Amino acid sequence: MSTYKVLIVEDSPTMRQLIVFALKRIRGLEIVEANDGVDGLKKLSAEKFDLIFTDINMPIMDGLKLVSLVRNDPGYKEVPIVIITTEGASEDRDRALALGANDYITKPIQTTKILDAAKRLLNLGA
Amino acid sequence: MSEEDKGSVKKAEEFLQVFKKGAEFTQELLKENERLRYQILQLEKNERPEDDGDASSETLRLRQRVEELEQQKDEILTRIRQVEEENHDFANRYVEVESENNMLANLYIASYQLHSTLDFREVLQIITEIVINLIGAEEFGILLLDEKTNKLLGVVGEGMEVTDLPQVNIGDGIIGQMAKTGENYFIDDMEDYEFDPLHPIVCIPLKIKEHVIGVIVIYKLLEQKARFADVDYELFTLLAGHAATAIFSSKLYSESERKLSTIQGFIDLLTK
Repeated sequence: MSTYKVLIVEDSPTMRQLIVFALKRIRGLEIVEANDGVDGLKKLSAEKFDLIFTDINMPIMDGLKLVSLVRNDPGYKEVPIVIITTEGASEDRDRALALGANDYITKPIQTTKILDAAKRLLNLGA
Repeated sequence: MSEEDKGSVKKAEEFLQVFKKGAEFTQELLKENERLRYQILQLEKNERPEDDGDASSETLRLRQRVEELEQQKDEILTRIRQVEEENHDFANRYVEVESENNMLANLYIASYQLHSTLDFREVLQIITEIVINLIGAEEFGILLLDEKTNKLLGVVGEGMEVTDLPQVNIGDGIIGQMAKTGENYFIDDMEDYEFDPLHPIVCIPLKIKEHVIGVIVIYKLLEQKARFADVDYELFTLLAGHAATAIFSSKLYSESERKLSTIQGFIDLLTK
């Protein structure tokens, strides 16, 4: 079974753990955690990832900036990005999608939504 | 009689003889014809009932077969319906188990986080994150009991200022009542709700056994969270229990740390 690397960029340890816990249900995933956008970029430059989950509201560097930088990096142009946002509707989500994010998950976090997004974007089937 | 006459007579006799034979042959043919016709009739008569019998027995056999097949079809259809119902039940059960599983996973993470620190402010921050991320609240506050004044005072406000949170005497209004009884409060009609600090949509007492140390009051849910799911009610109660012990132990720890540093200061003063 091939291994996929997933990066989770989230400042809240609780949220990070929730996402990690959900993703651990998928076999063959290697999960790496980052505390904020800057930490995320460092980890992205150190190794190759197949999927990125990122929060929007973070200190130091927010998720929108991260999405923008990742999409401008030729090495990460095609890597799927899922954004996590508190606002169910409109603005942040639309901005992130316009910047190149592939999907979004709204809080409160639901395990099934995380799993569905990961499976779909990694083409893992049901 | 002349020779010529004799010849004619002989011919006549021969002709009669031939005619007679012809007549006999014809008679025999007619008899044979009659006999054959009789035989045909007999055969037809004999054969007809046998055909009818075969046909009717075949029809009977086929009818029985059709009935058997109809019965089998009914049994199969009944079984399919039963299997479909079982399948439906299993699917519903799977969804329930999955939902419970998710809730337990969330609860595990929440309680793990709550008890991962003894820093009072950090505990409050974790409770705030949990209420946002797991419950889906947008405007809420945490009120803790001040044992000197026996009042509930705001310590955290999310989506609102702490100063906007009410100060409530135990037993007063919905918040005070819930703090007194230790019961959870959920508003009946969430759609027509208008903000009132003393009347939240949810009030969850933070209690250790029967001792209430504070409450979580929610005034607004996130836009995408129209209403509470069934699991939320259980999650609230379980989380409130963990939050209460985390707050209580972190407060105790902070106080003991403070006392320890005071005592250490005294000791340092005396020994120097």
